[in-house]
Amino acid sequence: MHRSPLFVPTRSGLTRRGFLTVTAGGLLLAGCGGGEGVGGQRDQEGVGGFSGEAYDGPALSLAYWNGFTGGDGPAMQQLVASFMSAHDNISLKNNTVEWADFYQRLPAAANAGKGPDVGAMHLDQLATNAARQVIAPVDDLAEALGLAESDFAPSVWGPGIYQDDRYGVPLDVHTIAMYYNQDHFTKAGITEAPTDAASLDEACQALQQAGIQNPFWMPNQWPAHLMFLSLLWQFGGEPYAEDGSEATYDDEAGEQALAWMRDQVDKGYSPDNVDIDTQYVAFKNGQNSITWDGIWQINDLQESGINYGIAQIPVIGDEAAAWGNSHNFFMSEQAAGDENRANAAKTFIGWMSDQSASWSQAGMIPARNSVREQTEFTDSVQYGIREQIDTLHFLPPVPGLGDVQIPTLEVAVNEAVLGKTSPADALSTQAGNASKMMQENLEKFGS
Amino acid sequence: MTATVTKAVPDPARDRVGKPPPARRRGDGLVAWVFLAPYLVLFTVFVLAPIVLGLWISLHSWDFTLPNKPFVGLDNYTALFDPGSVSFDPFWNSMQATGIFTLFSVPLLIVVPLAVAMVMNQRFRGRNVFRAIYFAPYVLGVAVVGVMWRFLLDRNIGAVNSYLGALGLPDDIAWLSSVPPAWVALVGVTVWWTLGFNAVIYIAGLQDIPRELYEAATMDGAGWWAQFRNVTLPSLRPVTMFVTLITIISSANMFGQSFLMTNGAPARETQTAIFYIAETGLQNFQMGQAAAMSWILTLALMVLSVVVFAIFRLRGSLESS
Repeated sequence: MHRSPLFVPTRSGLTRRGFLTVTAGGLLLAGCGGGEGVGGQRDQEGVGGFSGEAYDGPALSLAYWNGFTGGDGPAMQQLVASFMSAHDNISLKNNTVEWADFYQRLPAAANAGKGPDVGAMHLDQLATNAARQVIAPVDDLAEALGLAESDFAPSVWGPGIYQDDRYGVPLDVHTIAMYYNQDHFTKAGITEAPTDAASLDEACQALQQAGIQNPFWMPNQWPAHLMFLSLLWQFGGEPYAEDGSEATYDDEAGEQALAWMRDQVDKGYSPDNVDIDTQYVAFKNGQNSITWDGIWQINDLQESGINYGIAQIPVIGDEAAAWGNSHNFFMSEQAAGDENRANAAKTFIGWMSDQSASWSQAGMIPARNSVREQTEFTDSVQYGIREQIDTLHFLPPVPGLGDVQIPTLEVAVNEAVLGKTSPADALSTQAGNASKMMQENLEKFGS
Repeated sequence: MTATVTKAVPDPARDRVGKPPPARRRGDGLVAWVFLAPYLVLFTVFVLAPIVLGLWISLHSWDFTLPNKPFVGLDNYTALFDPGSVSFDPFWNSMQATGIFTLFSVPLLIVVPLAVAMVMNQRFRGRNVFRAIYFAPYVLGVAVVGVMWRFLLDRNIGAVNSYLGALGLPDDIAWLSSVPPAWVALVGVTVWWTLGFNAVIYIAGLQDIPRELYEAATMDGAGWWAQFRNVTLPSLRPVTMFVTLITIISSANMFGQSFLMTNGAPARETQTAIFYIAETGLQNFQMGQAAAMSWILTLALMVLSVVVFAIFRLRGSLESS
C-alpha cells in the first residue's frame, strides 16, 4: 500500500501558535460518544464541600496534564516533585503536551474517559472547556483557600468565571515585553528604553545611523496578533463584546493599531515579509535591535548569551495597555465524580498556588500579589516589567473564542502587515467573519 | 477464483452422460473468503465505516465534545455553496490552492522522475550511489522537510536568498509569504522530496521492458528518440497511469508543506483544502462542516481519477488500433 508522502501526522514545535495533530483520536471517538456528554452522570456528592484541609484519604494517583514544554518545563517538574515529597498519599502522573495539541486532545480524551484529573490551561480556554463540560467548577476551593479578587493581579480573576462559577485558579500572568540589544543601544547612544511612539521612532533612527539597517522587525504571524491586541487596547479599543456576540476590532482604534504596525515596514525599520519566527531568531543573532515577544522567551534569551535588556512595551496609543494571558489550574469533570480524587486534586491546586513564587523561574509573573513580594520574583528578569502587570487586558471568557481568533483576526493582521490589504479592509472583513462564527458559537454552546 | 484449470469450457450437455462436473465453487469460495477476511475487516473498519460515518456526520452540526449534535440536513453542504457564509470564501480558496498545487506539481512529478529513472537505468559507475541520493529525501518525514526548508527559504535570513545574492541575483524574494514565489517553493520542495518514489517505480517499469523490443527497433534503424517514443513510453503506460493517479491523489491531499513552511500565508492563499478541513474539524470542532468539505473534495478527486483513467484507456485503444 502506498503511503501518501503528503500525509502529515505531526506538527512542528517551533511556533507557539496552536494547531492540530491528525492522530488525535477524535475522529474515532466521534462515533462512540453516545448520548452522554463528558461527565454526564456526575455524582453531585463529589463536588463542592472542599474543606481546605489537605487530602488524607487512601493513596491515589492523579493524571496531571499541562503544556509546559518550553523553558518553563523544568520549573514545573521541580514543583511537582516537591509537592509529591510533601504529600505521601498523592502521586502525580505527569503528561506534558504542546499547548497547540493540548486543546484538541483534552476534550477528546475527556470524552473517552481517559482525560486528566487535574491540569493547567490558559485563561482564555477555561470558558470553552467549561462549556464542553471538560472541567468542573472549583468555587469551594477558592473559598476554602480564602482566595479573593484582591489577592490577584488585576483583571485576571474575572475571566476565570463562566456562568457564575469559577473554573480556574490562576498560577501566573504572562504578557509580551520589549526586548532590546544592549550593545546596539550603547553603540547608538540610547540610554533609556523607548517608552512611547516618539522615543521608539528616535531610537530606531539612531540605531539605523549606527549601522543597524533594520532595527525593529515587524512579524506578520505569531506574535503579531498579540502586538495588535496590545496596541488596540492602547488606542482605547476592545476586540470582542463581553457577551461574545460580536468582534469589535474593526473600528478606528483597530485601524490605528494595525496601521502603526505596517508603518514600521514602510519606514524601513522592518524588512518586508518577515517570515514566521524570523524576527526573534534575528534578534538572537544581533541582526535587529528591538523585538516584542512573550516573557516566556526569557529563559531562552538567557541561554543564548545575548546581552539584552527588557522593558515594558512602549505606549504607542493613548494609554498603557498590554495583552495578557494566564495559566490556570483546573479540575476535570472526571475527578469531580469521585470525592477522593476531587479533594486530592484541590489539595494539589491549593498547594501550587501557595508555592507559585518558584514559578518565576519559568519567566512568568506569579498571579498572587503576596507571592510577587517574594525574592524569587523580585530577583527575576521579568521583575523589570512589573508595572505592566497593572495594565494587562485579557480576552473575555467566551466559549470557542480562541478557535475563532486564529482564522479571522490573525489572518487580518497577517494581510495588513504584509501590505496586501489595507488595515481597514482586512479588519472589517475578518471582524465580520468572526462575528458570524461567534453567533454560531453562542447558538452551539447555548449561552 | 477457481483452482481447477480446465482448458476447454465444459459443455453442460455432455455432463449428463459423462462424469459429474469437477467439484468446485463452494469450497473454493469459502477459502477465498477466508483469505480475503483480514483485508476486508481492515477495509471495513478503517475505510468503509469512516466513509459512511463521515456522511452521517456531515448531516449534523457535530461537535463531538458536546452532548447535543443536532441534525441539520444538507445545511453543511448548502453553506459551502452560499457566498454569504463564513466558510464559503476560505473553503473555495483552499480548493483553489489545492488545484494550483496539483496542477503544477503533478506534471513535474511525472516527467522529472521519468527522466531521472531513464538516466539511472543506464549502466555507469556509481549508479547505485546516485540512485540512493535521489531517493534519500523521500525517507524524511514531512516535519523534517518542512522545517528545514522553512529556514533555508526565509526571506531575510535564509540561505537560499543569501546564495542568490552572492550570484548577483535578486536576494529579496519572499519564498514563504508572497505568491507566486510561495507556490514555486512549495512545488519545488515537494518535487525534491518525493521524486525518488516515482523514480523507483519507473525504474522497475523500465527493467520490465523486454530487451528484444529495443533490439528489433535498432534493427529497424530507430534512433534514441524513436525508441523512446515507440517502445519505452507505450510499454510504460500502466506504470505511468499508476504514477499519475497516485501523484494526483497525494498532491490533492497536500497539507504538511503549506502548514509548516508558509502556514497558509500570505493571508490564506497557500492554505490547502486538507489544511482548512483539518482546521475546521480538529481545531474548531466543527466536524459536520469538515466532513461535508471532505466529501466535496473526495467527489472532485473521484471525477478527476475517472477522467485520467479514461484518457489513458483512450490513448491505449487509439494506439493499438
